[in-house]
Formats: sequence, structure tokens, C-alpha cells
Amino acid sequence: MKKDIILCGVGGQGILSIATVIGYAAVDSGLYLKQAEVHGMSQRGGDVQSHFRISDKEIFSDLIPFGGADMILSVEPMESLRYLPYLSKNGWVITNDKPFNNIVNYPETEDVYKQIKKLDNHILINADDIAKEIGSPRSMNMVMIGAASSFLGIEFDKLIEGIKFIFGRKGEEMVNLNVKALEAGKAFAEKFNK
Amino acid sequence: MEKLLLLGDEAIAQGAIDAGMSGIYGYPGTPSTEIIEYVQRSKTAQERNIHRKWSANEKTAAEAALGMSYAGKRSMCTMKHVGLNVAADCFMNSAITGANGGTIVTVADDPSMHSSQNEQDSRIYGKFAMIPIFEPSNQQECYDMTFHAFEISEKYQIPIMMRLTTRLSHSRSGVATKDMIAENELKLPEDKRQFVLLPAIARRRYKMLLDNQVKFETESENSPFNKFIGGSDKSKGIIACGIAYNYLMENYTDSTCPFPVLKVSQYPLPRKMVEKITSECKEILVLEEGAPMIEEMLKGYLGDCLNIRGRLDGTLPRDGELNPNLVLQAINGEKVEMNLIPEEVKGRPPQFCKGCGHIDAYNAIKEVMADYGDGHVLSDIGCYTLAALPPFQSINSCVDMGASITMAKGAADSGLFPVIATIGDSTFTHSGMTGLLDAVIEGTNIVVMILDNSTTGMTGGQDSHALDRLVSICEGLGVEKDHITRVNPIKQNHEALVELIRKEIAYNGVSVIIPTRECMQTLKRKLKKK
Ligand SMILES: Cc1ncc(C[n+]2csc(CCOP(=O)(O)OP(=O)(O)O)c2C)c(N)n1
Repeated sequence: MKKDIILCGVGGQGILSIATVIGYAAVDSGLYLKQAEVHGMSQRGGDVQSHFRISDKEIFSDLIPFGGADMILSVEPMESLRYLPYLSKNGWVITNDKPFNNIVNYPETEDVYKQIKKLDNHILINADDIAKEIGSPRSMNMVMIGAASSFLGIEFDKLIEGIKFIFGRKGEEMVNLNVKALEAGKAFAEKFNK
Repeated sequence: MEKLLLLGDEAIAQGAIDAGMSGIYGYPGTPSTEIIEYVQRSKTAQERNIHRKWSANEKTAAEAALGMSYAGKRSMCTMKHVGLNVAADCFMNSAITGANGGTIVTVADDPSMHSSQNEQDSRIYGKFAMIPIFEPSNQQECYDMTFHAFEISEKYQIPIMMRLTTRLSHSRSGVATKDMIAENELKLPEDKRQFVLLPAIARRRYKMLLDNQVKFETESENSPFNKFIGGSDKSKGIIACGIAYNYLMENYTDSTCPFPVLKVSQYPLPRKMVEKITSECKEILVLEEGAPMIEEMLKGYLGDCLNIRGRLDGTLPRDGELNPNLVLQAINGEKVEMNLIPEEVKGRPPQFCKGCGHIDAYNAIKEVMADYGDGHVLSDIGCYTLAALPPFQSINSCVDMGASITMAKGAADSGLFPVIATIGDSTFTHSGMTGLLDAVIEGTNIVVMILDNSTTGMTGGQDSHALDRLVSICEGLGVEKDHITRVNPIKQNHEALVELIRKEIAYNGVSVIIPTRECMQTLKRKLKKK
């Protein structure tokens, strides 16, 4: 079992919370993990990515090789395309559909979607809307994990444990909302692939 | 045995705490910042009262760490690679004084310049100073090496360099920890003149350093972190340093590397091991993150008589960080097939945060300077450097910490008028104060704007030494009271700030304007805590 995932988005969107939940679940499942984070300069509204690797064998490189990622998990649609050189032949692009438009030359959203839809393996999900429907707009990241969950090689229950670990301090209500977001993301992905 | 999920930086910090370190000193700088931040959060550090406050700059940090070593305790100083330029005076001379308590200089390099002005390789400094260098390849080694480095430091009474690079500093992985050991007792050096570098003593100490080189080399030969791994295909031998070893092994996760490999994580180079691999193999490929230091050492001046491949002959790129693909390509010429980035993808450079006070300061500067044209604003390093990018494009330099004021002085001395220096509060106390003194003494005609957001913003909001002290510092340095002005950079004060800058430009001498408003990020964090 080996999963190499590029997590990406825009500084401030909180991709590290995705890494923390999956990371907790992976370690809890007895897997090795390496996760190269982004710090510094790029956090100020710039593009951010994290190389996230889990495996049942020792992992060497902190960076995922080009052409080696099993998944690009992105919280912003244009950003999902930035890392295509990392994607393996059969890899998946799973991305939120809500543009984060903080630059003057942001492309037409439809053009971005067109590029995403060209990929054989993709899930384009309205994670922001889904999170809002649940009544927890800030759980968009958990919706994204849910959408990716069946490709992670990690049991779904372990992801729930991860959420409990992170949000436990903030009370049961928070945990429940985020678990709901996780489940909603999973449900969406299952339908999307039919 | 406990297993923690740690960044490379954090593994160094945990290792240092567990190895009985009594104090850590440093100035923030990506990618080194998380080392001290981890110690600041550590319960053990609190219980043991390990020194863990930030220093004014890297030089003061290095000196304080050396002082702690003088007193017999284990210490560390941390910095990014360019910080070592600032600390270099202490660093080079501490190789001559030597250490008493174990002391480690931890430097995090940033190849590819993810957030830096250059990509200098600190190993070259380590070699320059002739001290042992440790270059971990993974998080576990970060932890284990810190123990080992303190031991070597005390065994030979020599400061040690620990060299990290961005990808290790900022990558997280499982680390097994050891039992914590006690701190050293206070104990002055046996030779009370050890640290007195008068020529007669320095000459003697320098000879000791030279004599120790053989011993350092022997330590490297026997180091648990250097490994010779045999291989049957001797057409090529690979020397892989630090994290480059991982990039190599990444290509052999489902097979074994057929070539002999020398993994180097402790310097000086283990000579016998190098001789073994170079004599066995037809060709040597050197994989090193940063500069082609070892490649140059092996090649010497005459170059190609030895068949050394690496960054110098184009087998690997001369600049930028390595990755598994580049390494594979260097081994077998294979290029990976990869998708292209669609042209819809646009660059997304970092920007000022919404509501940042720097925006208001630059709005005023931009308006005033419209009368004079581009080229009159010398700046410095920090969030406020983002004014180099659109929509402001208002600054004309960013060189090294503090250089705004001194370069402004030089430009003014040349006859440029007007000249404005913009500098952050933390950068000012790091290295701006001495330059301001130069300007005051000569009454140079410059306007210095200290953009005070009351924090060290760029690196994530560490405490700033300048907090509430800027006016008194400027007064103390001799700036005329009437020409030191604090303003609140908000929209309503735009006109007033514009007027103020105009007025100070008209004054022939040193003026200091201090737009003061708290950083949005630290403010948000404070409000959240409440
Ligand atoms: C010698 C050196 N040390 C550290 C750094 C890293 N660094 C760059 S900007 C900065 C902080 C600047 O803080 P401040 O001057 O207060 O400006 P702000 O970012 O808050 O606007 C630091 C620590 C560096 N580039 N060079």
C-alpha cells in the first residue's frame, strides 16, 4: 500500500487541516508517513502545496516524484491543474469547484472546468456549497477528504477518529458537523462516479 | 520508546531538549524558525527553564550560545543560511576558541530560494571554519544526530554545524525518541584563556584546530551516519549527501541500487570511504543539495581526469534543489513522462494581507514619489518587500537585513534626492540601528520609514525586539526629536501621512517616520485567544 498525494490550494485555505486528519488516520492505521509542508513566503495568499505520502513500507523522499502522485487533492480548481506534472497515469484529480479569485488574470471558470473534465479520473465537487448546506461552511476541507476517502487506502472509521482527534477539543457539536461533512463528501463522490 | 510525528526542525529541537540543552538562541528565518518555536511550546523546556527567547539577530544569538558553552552548558543557535552571514564573525572565531559545553550551530539552507534572497550552501562555511558538519537525511537522523553532535562537540571541544535544507526542515515524519539526559552543571573552561583570542593564544588554538582535522576525519569514518553500501555494477559509484540520499533511494523502493553508494551525512568527508568508492568505480556521480562542494573537492582544479559527474558538468542542474526525478535522470538519462500545466493556470504571487498597515504606508509613499519618478525608495526584507510587486512596484532594493538605511545613505551621499528607506520594525532592531547611527553622525539627507507592525511578520509573527522601543532607540541614536514621528497608517490619515513625508523630505537631515499599526495576522490570533 502506497499513496502519494499532492494537497494544494491557496494560502489561508487551510490545506494543512486535511493533512492532519489523513495523517492521524494513517499513523493510527500503522502506516509510515511523510509530509512536506509549506511555510514562509507562500502563505500570503499565494499558491500552496504539500507533498503527502503514506505507505506500509519505509518512505525515502520527502518529495513526490513527477508522474508519481496517486492523487491531487485540491481545495481550489485552478490550483488542481498547477500540479498536473506530478500526477501519475492513473492518478485522480479531486478538486473543489469554488474559485479563489485574488489575482487580476484569473482565467474563465468554465475554461478551468474544461481542463479538469478532460482528465479521465477526476471529481469536481461543490464542497463549499455542501459544507454550507450542512450548516458548517468552514468544513469544506472535511468534505474534500470525504470525496477522496475511497481512494486513500485508509478505513473510513479511521478518518472519523482523525476528526475526533483534531476537533475533539472544540466540543461534540464541532466533531459531529465535521463528520457529517466527511460523509457528505463521500456520498457525493460515490454518485459522481456512477 | 515514544514515537512522535515531527518536522525536521522539530526533531532537532526535541533532540536538543532530550540531549540536555540548556539554551537555544536564534533569529527567525525560513526554513529554520520552527526549531525555536518548538522549544518555546515544549513543556519540558518550561520545566527545565531552557533559554528559548528570540535574539535581536543571528550574531547576538551565536554569541550568546557560545557564552553558554563557555559556562559549560549545552547550547544551540539557529538561523537560516543568510543568517550565518550575519553570525559569521562569531562563527569563524568560535572554531578557534573552541567550545566548553557542547554547542551546535544549526543552519537551514533554502536551495531553490523558496523564501530567500540566495541559495548559499552552509556546508562551505562549515568547511571554511574547519569544524565537523552534520547533514541529516531524515527526521530520525535529525533527532539522533543532535545527541551525537553534542557528544562530539564536547569530546573535541569544538562547535558543530548542523545543516538542514528546506525539504527536511519542513517535512514531517515519525521519530523515535530516547530517554532524556540531565543538563550539564555550570563549569568554566579548564584553561581560563581558551576564549581569549589574542594573537599568541589564537595561534596556539588554530594549530590545535588544524591538528584535530585528522581526528574529525576519523570520526566521520566511524560515524553511524556515513554508510558504504556495496553494489555489483561498478561502472558507476554514487556519493549521496544528506537528503539527496533519499532522492536516490526513492528510485529503488522496489529493487536494490546496483551501484556502490556512499551515503555522507557527517563531514569532513570520510577520506577512506571516498577513496574506496573512487578506486572501485569507473565514474562517480555526486548528489548534493546546494553547491557542488564535494564535486569540486574531488575534481580539484584540473577537472576531468577523474570522471566526476554532478552539477558542474551538467549531469545535474547547477542551481536549484534536487528531486527524485533529477537524480534518476542523472543515473540513467531517463526522462519521466509528465503532464503539462495547462495555460489556464496563472501565477499566484504572495500578497499583502487584507487590511495590512503596510498598504497604507505604501499608498502614501507612492503618492509622494509620483513627483520624483521611480528609483528613490530603498527597502529591506520582510512583508513590506511585497511592495516590489504590482500594484505598488514602489521599492527599488531588497538585499540584506538592514541594507535599506545604509544603501539610502550611500545613494544620498552620491547626490540622489530624495531618498526614502523603508524597513520593518524587526529588521530595524536586527541590523538597521547601526546604519541609522552612521546617517545621524553625518546628518545624511534621508527619510527613514520604520514600518512598525509590532511583530516579525514575514516569518509568522514572532515577538519583535522593537516593540514600544522605536522612538527611544531613534532618540538614543541621536535623531532630532522633532524629526521622529509616529503615525497610525489608516485610510483617514492618508493625507496627513502624505504631508508628513513631504515635510520630512524637505528637511535636510535624518528624519524617521514610524507608521505604527499591528499586523492583521497577530491581531487575529490575539482576538481568537480571547
Ligand atoms: C539575515 C536574515 N535573517 C532572517 C531573515 C528572514 N527574514 C526575512 S524578513 C524577516 C522578518 C522581518 O520582520 P519585520 O522587519 O518586522 O517586517 P514584517 O515582515 O513584519 O513586515 C525575517 C526574519 C533574512 N532574510 N535574513
